[in-house]
Amino acid sequence: MIRIEARNSPPMLLKVGVPIFAAFVSLLLAAIPLAFAGANIGTAFVEMVRGVFGSVFAFSEMLTRATPLIFTGLAAAVAFRARLWNIGAEGQLYLGAMAAVAVGTGVLDVSGIILIPVIIIIGCFAGAFGMAVPVILKTRFGADEVVTTLLLNFIVLILVQMMLEGPLKDPMGLGWPQSSPILDQGMLPVLLDRMRVHSGLIIGLILALVLQLLITRSVWGFKLRAVGENIAASRHAGIRINRSLLSVAVCSGGLAGLAGVSEVIGLKGYLTADISPGFGYTGIVVAMLAGLSPVGVVVAALFIASVFVGADSMSRAMGVSSYLADLVVSMSLLCVLIGGFFAHYRVAWVSAPAKVKK
Amino acid sequence: MSAKNVLSLLSLSKRFGTTLANDQVTLDLKRGEILALLGENGAGKTTLMNMLFGHYLPDEGSILISNAEDKMVPLTPGHPQAALAAGIGMVHQHFTLAENLTALENITLGSEPLWALGTNKVKVREKIEKIIKRSGLKVDLNVAVGRLSVGEKQRVEILKALYRDAKILVLDEPTAVLTPQEADLLFKNIQAMTLDGLSVIFISHKLREVLEFSHRIVVLRNGKKVGEILTCDADEKIIANMMVGEDAKVLKRTKLKVGQSLLSLSAITLKGNSLRNSLSDISLVVHEHEVLGVAGVSGNGQSVLAELISGLSFPNLGEIKIGSNRIDKPSPMAMISAGIGRIPEDRHRDGIVGSMTVAENAILESLNDPRVQRFGFLRQEAMTDYAEKLCEAYDVRGPGVRFPARLLSGGNIQKLILARVFEKLPSLILANQPTRGLDLGAASDVERRLLDARNRGAGVILISEDLDEILRLSDRIMVMYSGELKEVSSRNREEIGMLMAGKNK
Ligand SMILES: Nc1ncnc2c1ncn2[C@@H]1O[C@H](COP(=O)(O)OP(=O)(O)OP(=O)(O)O)[C@@H](O)[C@H]1O
Ligand SMILES: [Mg+2]
Repeated sequence: MIRIEARNSPPMLLKVGVPIFAAFVSLLLAAIPLAFAGANIGTAFVEMVRGVFGSVFAFSEMLTRATPLIFTGLAAAVAFRARLWNIGAEGQLYLGAMAAVAVGTGVLDVSGIILIPVIIIIGCFAGAFGMAVPVILKTRFGADEVVTTLLLNFIVLILVQMMLEGPLKDPMGLGWPQSSPILDQGMLPVLLDRMRVHSGLIIGLILALVLQLLITRSVWGFKLRAVGENIAASRHAGIRINRSLLSVAVCSGGLAGLAGVSEVIGLKGYLTADISPGFGYTGIVVAMLAGLSPVGVVVAALFIASVFVGADSMSRAMGVSSYLADLVVSMSLLCVLIGGFFAHYRVAWVSAPAKVKK
Repeated sequence: MSAKNVLSLLSLSKRFGTTLANDQVTLDLKRGEILALLGENGAGKTTLMNMLFGHYLPDEGSILISNAEDKMVPLTPGHPQAALAAGIGMVHQHFTLAENLTALENITLGSEPLWALGTNKVKVREKIEKIIKRSGLKVDLNVAVGRLSVGEKQRVEILKALYRDAKILVLDEPTAVLTPQEADLLFKNIQAMTLDGLSVIFISHKLREVLEFSHRIVVLRNGKKVGEILTCDADEKIIANMMVGEDAKVLKRTKLKVGQSLLSLSAITLKGNSLRNSLSDISLVVHEHEVLGVAGVSGNGQSVLAELISGLSFPNLGEIKIGSNRIDKPSPMAMISAGIGRIPEDRHRDGIVGSMTVAENAILESLNDPRVQRFGFLRQEAMTDYAEKLCEAYDVRGPGVRFPARLLSGGNIQKLILARVFEKLPSLILANQPTRGLDLGAASDVERRLLDARNRGAGVILISEDLDEILRLSDRIMVMYSGELKEVSSRNREEIGMLMAGKNK
């Protein structure tokens, strides 16, 4: 008979090992649709690996792809730790991006040392605002933040389209719905010559470390965890729940806003309505894969970006649909969720009762 | 009693990390017998019963249980389904009911498929009603469990076990949350059921009911079985001795002159969503050097009173004063900073964050204290040291301060909360059922600490269902009934009992 017993506190090795193992399993599972598509599985995997590690350029492309995922992953991880379900990182990303073009395209013509921080801060504020509203609705009126943040995504996207047809539209843009370009001095420096990977990545890495420290070591992080784990006891202990949730919301929204800022002033240089292929939603997967740990988010973002970039280049080389990447990402999430079960529960095979000696 | 054995535990052991929770415990149970399992907090009682029921897999030892032909056969270890099939029913220390389902649905949950409930409802209901009649455990089957009182919930839990044809009923501290009257009724019902051949093991810290209703007593200490005695040969002294190896200390409350007023509630009215959660025009005042006992059957407004003093609810009318300051915006933080230490009734819900460590829980209310934080960051070392000292001083036993608090036994969780409160030397202590679930030694320790606090000048509001406790500790006594609070001058048990039941002589 099979029996399932809860583990007291899952050992560290398991906590870290399970997601990694799950990631591998999901890659192996990817062989199934590949086989259906009639591709040679061996070559396909080789192409995928080459698509990420085959050249410095390929690797830098992967890092470029991982950058926004680090931000949105952190946004989801912080919020979820406090059991605040921010599904709206996608919308907050666009708010941050919009704010970046609003100040970065000429309104403020100052040197880069001033302009870049200003853009970053204003972008953070815009994203933070996008998450603060649903949380105020939650604490004031009990509105479920899952619904409000999700719906806000669509509202923001429509707003972006409207702005790109109106006030933010580039007069020199030949009628395309895109914004004017960010001033040259407002762009983040690239990290490698002739590659696209930019210093947004460094900002993301630093923020991940800072957040890790804050969550595990600071009083703010303590409150956030306490509120997430037991809201009644936290309230009883004098933690101001609403204030705590609001601060988490501001932090989470700000991080998502940064994802948009970094895409605009690090990569694209201008805003279009398709600047994010769902980075906000993928960030949720990243955070879950990472077990909501900020440092884990970095690893998970690199993994998912590798899958996307690898699958992309494989599909180009072999003529297989690149939707495969989405499939691997969703399977990795499922594998991690299932793996999480094994990390928290011990499953043992119990034999029939032993004969008792008498 | 010469009846046959229905159950034998043979040298069961269970280890959690470095804690040996059970050490070769051997135990027999006879048909129709009521066995009381006693021991200090953390002695391993719950663990032993969890092994019997298959929640834990024993590291060592085996379990024999009588089958349909009255033969003793081994029970598959670590498998609740097997335990259920063999006729073991367990009622846990904490309720495991689904609050939004009705009593009927809860009772059948797990034994009848949900879709069958529609078609079989009549049959199912008949079976349950038959059990209710036989056992005397009355509950309204159609009401959502969330709306039932704790006593009723307890009965639903037992009915659930009986519905599955339990031959052996295990009750883990069934009376911890019951009033003495409810507890007596429960045991009368259980006695009636044992005449039908049911065998019962119950865990309790209340010697009175153990002596009155059990046939045999088994005592655990530090995971080992240290004694076994027929109840007819036992008395309180003997048992206390077996449990802790020493006589229980007797408390002495010396008369003290009271000081200034610490907290006063005047003409407070609070309209809750039900009578249970309302206060109507109550007033009270507590002074320095004074224990104010609030007696009453639970569910008469005590929880709102406690919430009010904890800063969790607002009064609709009336005035709260701490010292001479009016509190216009009560909040938990305001109460804590005013020096009020609060011991909540529902320790799992309000007292601890189970998944955080014991050390983190120890400082849950001291996050601004420079001893544990600096520049907004927690000082890990200092925090661990502080928690370790606290656990030592208040005898909180468990796997260690770096482990999640939920791993502590029920009584040790309570001790941790008490330690957190007492350590801050509060000027006023709100103690809501502070000794519930504590063993004899720990309970008298808490009572001693409450009196010590009073002696050093603190005021204490003691809310308790245990009238003896109230009489032992209180300088003044008030009785709560149906949201009203009345001062009583008498110290006569019967008289106070009448008031608690709402009868004015
Ligand atoms: N899952 C677990 N992991 C680690 N330690 C545990 C676990 N369960 C119990 N313990 C430890 O085993 C010991 C016995 O616990 P148990 O819950 O059996 O005590 P108990 O006798 O029921 O006490 P109480 O009267 O307080 O309920 C305690 O020290 C407890 O901390
Ligand atoms: Mg117990």
